[in-house]
Amino acid sequence: MFGHFGNGAGNGGKNGGNGALVELAGIRKVYETGPVTVEALSGVDLTLRAGEFVSVVGPSGSGKSTLMNIVGCLDTPTGGSYRLKGEEVGRFTLDRLAEVRNRRIGFVFQNFNLLPQLSAFENVELPLLFAGMATRARRERAEELLTEVGLADRMRHKPTELSGGQMQRVAIARALACRPDLILADEPTGNLDSSSGRDILHVFEDLWQAGHTLLVITHDPAIAQRAPRSVTVEDGRIVADN
Amino acid sequence: MTFRHYLLQLLRDVRSQKLRTFLTLFGIVWGTAAVTLMLAFGQGLHGKLIASIKGLGENIVIAWPSRTSKAWDGLGRGRRIRVTDEDLEKVRREVPLITRLSGEYSAWNLRFRVGRKVFIPGMSGTNAEFGVMRNLNPTTGGRFVDDADVSHRRRVVFLGDKLKSDLFGVDEAVGSEVVINGVPFVVIGVLAEKDQDSSYNNRDNDRANLPASTFKAMYNRAYVDNFVFQVAERDDAVAAKKEVIASLARTHRFDPEDTEAVGMWDTNENLEFMDTFMLGFRLFLGIVGTLTLVVGGIGVSNIMHVVVEERTKEIGLKMALGAKRRFVVGQILFETLALTAIGGVLGLGIAWTVCASFPAAAIEYVGSPVISAQVATITTGVLGLIGFLAGFFPARTAASLDPVEALRL
Ligand SMILES: Nc1ncnc2c1ncn2[C@@H]1O[C@H](COP(=O)(O)OP(=O)(O)OP(=O)(O)O)[C@@H](O)[C@H]1O
Ligand SMILES: [Mg+2]
Repeated sequence: MFGHFGNGAGNGGKNGGNGALVELAGIRKVYETGPVTVEALSGVDLTLRAGEFVSVVGPSGSGKSTLMNIVGCLDTPTGGSYRLKGEEVGRFTLDRLAEVRNRRIGFVFQNFNLLPQLSAFENVELPLLFAGMATRARRERAEELLTEVGLADRMRHKPTELSGGQMQRVAIARALACRPDLILADEPTGNLDSSSGRDILHVFEDLWQAGHTLLVITHDPAIAQRAPRSVTVEDGRIVADN
Repeated sequence: MTFRHYLLQLLRDVRSQKLRTFLTLFGIVWGTAAVTLMLAFGQGLHGKLIASIKGLGENIVIAWPSRTSKAWDGLGRGRRIRVTDEDLEKVRREVPLITRLSGEYSAWNLRFRVGRKVFIPGMSGTNAEFGVMRNLNPTTGGRFVDDADVSHRRRVVFLGDKLKSDLFGVDEAVGSEVVINGVPFVVIGVLAEKDQDSSYNNRDNDRANLPASTFKAMYNRAYVDNFVFQVAERDDAVAAKKEVIASLARTHRFDPEDTEAVGMWDTNENLEFMDTFMLGFRLFLGIVGTLTLVVGGIGVSNIMHVVVEERTKEIGLKMALGAKRRFVVGQILFETLALTAIGGVLGLGIAWTVCASFPAAAIEYVGSPVISAQVATITTGVLGLIGFLAGFFPARTAASLDPVEALRL
């Protein structure tokens, strides 16, 4: 299904010397809200290779989302080292971080995070706009993506006119827009009924088959089972990785 | 294109927030109209006052021979200085800065009669240059006293427009006869109506002018009552005054430093005072107008802050999708400047309409307001600056959003 998205499994070779896409070492994240300090992550080591499909599970409040925000370059860790394709992310400027989020990372959120005033098509266009793609190429790409996720006949619909599953497909199309190295999803089926959830799971599996790298936070045992590798987070630490 | 995206976003905002957009625009429209009108009226008034001052004459000095106030060269003080046409010809030769010069002989007690109507206006005998210096321009069909009138001592008279109406009503006066103290004179011209804010005898519209030679012969005068001279440039007046006094001081043996022997009124001093005064006045108007616009700008800034707050999540999401801070700042600035520009254009339109439809009756008192290039430039500049500042701070707030926090909303 996603065969021609141009992100074949072979791209592992472009990665850092040891082939790792993401290397986290001793990552800590401390929140200081007034007198209370919360250590959301206390020393996380994690390596992702290109083409992997990894699920992240763990109890609520264990730090899964925090971890994902750091991997997605949305948030900066309090300590530790994060290398993306061998480059130290801590040294990136704000603009470079924006570029990384734009080109190398694709986010899928639990609550879809589509812009309600924009059509499905325009939502998918957004990252391409930020990438500076010309109007024509952008339109073609957005059309191609929406067709791939089976929404060719819903392109001009606003998010409010779409079902949850359809909205999440739009979000996935948007995440794929700039051919990212890594797709991050935070409970992508959390707001969906079980049949739409299964749909989305299939989409993820197809993406993986097509060579994409996926990191999916989930409470959904179905997803956790499908993923060949599952990481368990508890109290800001990785307690299991298999 | 980014621009198109900005524009669509703006249109969506305008459509979804009609009242808010209207209120925002209103502040800017009002402010722009206020600045523009204040500046336009300032300029109109300035122009009107300058025209009035120039009604008396441009770059002219009026001089009255008087009495000495200092002893000089063996002669006591209080001696009367009497100036003749010959003295003035000498002045003309000795002071090249002077471009025009005329003696003026005046009388206040002569009876002007046309049919049964009798008036006793002020009148002067002068040469031809006087008319040019004092802006005594005739209506069509007439002329001022000319050189031939002077050399032939013609009995001709030039009438102020009010005096003409008094004597002739609406009838044509040029070519008709006015009897002055029993002697018939032919009217050669009537003054075209003009603004005049100051005078030393009476307003020109209620006076009559004769050739100086005729005047001297008929009323037996040897000495001028006063004389008037003109210089080419405003700045020449000070030096010219000194040199005129020096020339007369040599002729009549008085101290050239004696400021009372020949009194002088430099009409440029009026202009200078007026320029300073008007600069202050217009600055005041401009500042008042600008403050109004600033208030409008603060309104826009507030609205944009609200917009940023409402859009926190959207901005956070755009950042997560790879929007650089430039893009976020650009979007807010674009919206602010676009709103300001729309308001500005409407405001300018209103101001222009007001100026264009300004009643003629009022123009007589305050001049005609003009939206000159200067006024338009100042307004546009102020507007642009205010729009930029109004957008800058909200945009900075937007750009410094933490995308994680913003997305959590
Ligand atoms: N901005 C913040 N300020 C203070 N504490 C925070 C902040 N964000 C997260 N935390 C804390 O960090 C911890 C980890 O939060 P995180 O959202 O990563 O958990 P999670 O594993 O994603 O939970 P869930 O499964 O419920 O989504 C929690 O204790 C949370 O209260
Ligand atoms: Mg979470």
